[in-house]
Amino acid sequence: MIPKRAVGALLSTALGLVLLLSFKTPETAGVAALTGTDRAVVDQPVGRTSQPATGAHAKSGYADGTVTGQVVSTRYGDVQVEVTISGGAISDVNALQLPGGDGHSARISNIVEPMLRSAALQAQSANIDLVSGATYTSTAYRESLQSALDAAAR
Amino acid sequence: MIVHAEPAMGTVFSFHLPDGNRGARALAAAIAWLHDVDERFSPYLPDSEVTGLADGRLTETDVHPDVREVLGLVDRAAADSDGAFDARRWRADGRFDPSGLVKGWAVDRAARQIASTAADAFAIDAGGDVIVRTGVSRSDPWRVGIRHPDRPERVASVLQVRDGAVASSAAYERGAHILDPRNGRVPSEVRSMTVVGPDLTWADTFATAAYVMGRDGLGWVAAHPGYDALAITWDDAVTWTAGMDRYLLG
Repeated sequence: MIPKRAVGALLSTALGLVLLLSFKTPETAGVAALTGTDRAVVDQPVGRTSQPATGAHAKSGYADGTVTGQVVSTRYGDVQVEVTISGGAISDVNALQLPGGDGHSARISNIVEPMLRSAALQAQSANIDLVSGATYTSTAYRESLQSALDAAAR
Repeated sequence: MIVHAEPAMGTVFSFHLPDGNRGARALAAAIAWLHDVDERFSPYLPDSEVTGLADGRLTETDVHPDVREVLGLVDRAAADSDGAFDARRWRADGRFDPSGLVKGWAVDRAARQIASTAADAFAIDAGGDVIVRTGVSRSDPWRVGIRHPDRPERVASVLQVRDGAVASSAAYERGAHILDPRNGRVPSEVRSMTVVGPDLTWADTFATAAYVMGRDGLGWVAAHPGYDALAITWDDAVTWTAGMDRYLLG
């Protein structure tokens, strides 16, 4: 049996790592431009361009609260995660349901990663069903999540 | 709604299907199909037919009809894109690898099977490439976020899609994994390219080819009836084809 809080803390560390990795780029004003599809101007025969607004403020954080992810069935059992947002940042990630250790942790971490991402996206009230764009991208993140689950299983 | 996550083909597929026996049976069949495809098409399994073709141990006449079908599709994609998508040349080691088309092809077939046996409203997420159906049972379109190229926990745009496929190609935070098959270089003009259209086979291969083409890829995708594209460029601008308007919110 994996202690839920331990997993939560470790997953949180893993998520923190990916957030850290992803904030390395200096273009923090890019988000507003990227999401600003309503400011589209026609300037190309093939379509439209939404130009970055200089100095536009990026949404600085998440809405506070706790978001419970969907229960997802896997071949190892049901998995469910919960993300806690506090002070505009992800403060905790809990595994509400996780199949027992039994050497499955590496495989389970592969499944949990997109769920964490999806829960984090819901936490910023994006109200989306699915995300297009590679789910697996960061080897460091994957390994970190995997070692967190390995540690929790011991 | 059943939500199931299944690791296969080096990624995770998630299925969103209606509850009930028919959904459960269709899910089991789709999972078995994905693993069968993996066994036959994986470039990493020593005994797969694709490995046999890449090694020269097998020829096109030796392989399963599904493999021949995929060979025809990758040739068509290479010709159509003037080599921007090329299963024979895109890898740094030059080995034949049709993975860039196989996943979409396998999901299209799974979706047709689910639609004909189990449900008219469902979604399949193939590691970030998705296919959705609303039919008559679901009133709302599916809301598909496009991953922000730098921030995996953010979406750059949201598309509303009733029936169709959405695929994205990009160099995400761990650097490029797609090389331009025509010159071996890392594409540098756009950061991510998203394509929407009826079939995931083509949405996915078009996204790969258009990502390699850069800005010109937008017009190239739009020349295919029913397909539209959205590019995020390095100056953080979002550019899209005219037909993409119908999917974009606000």
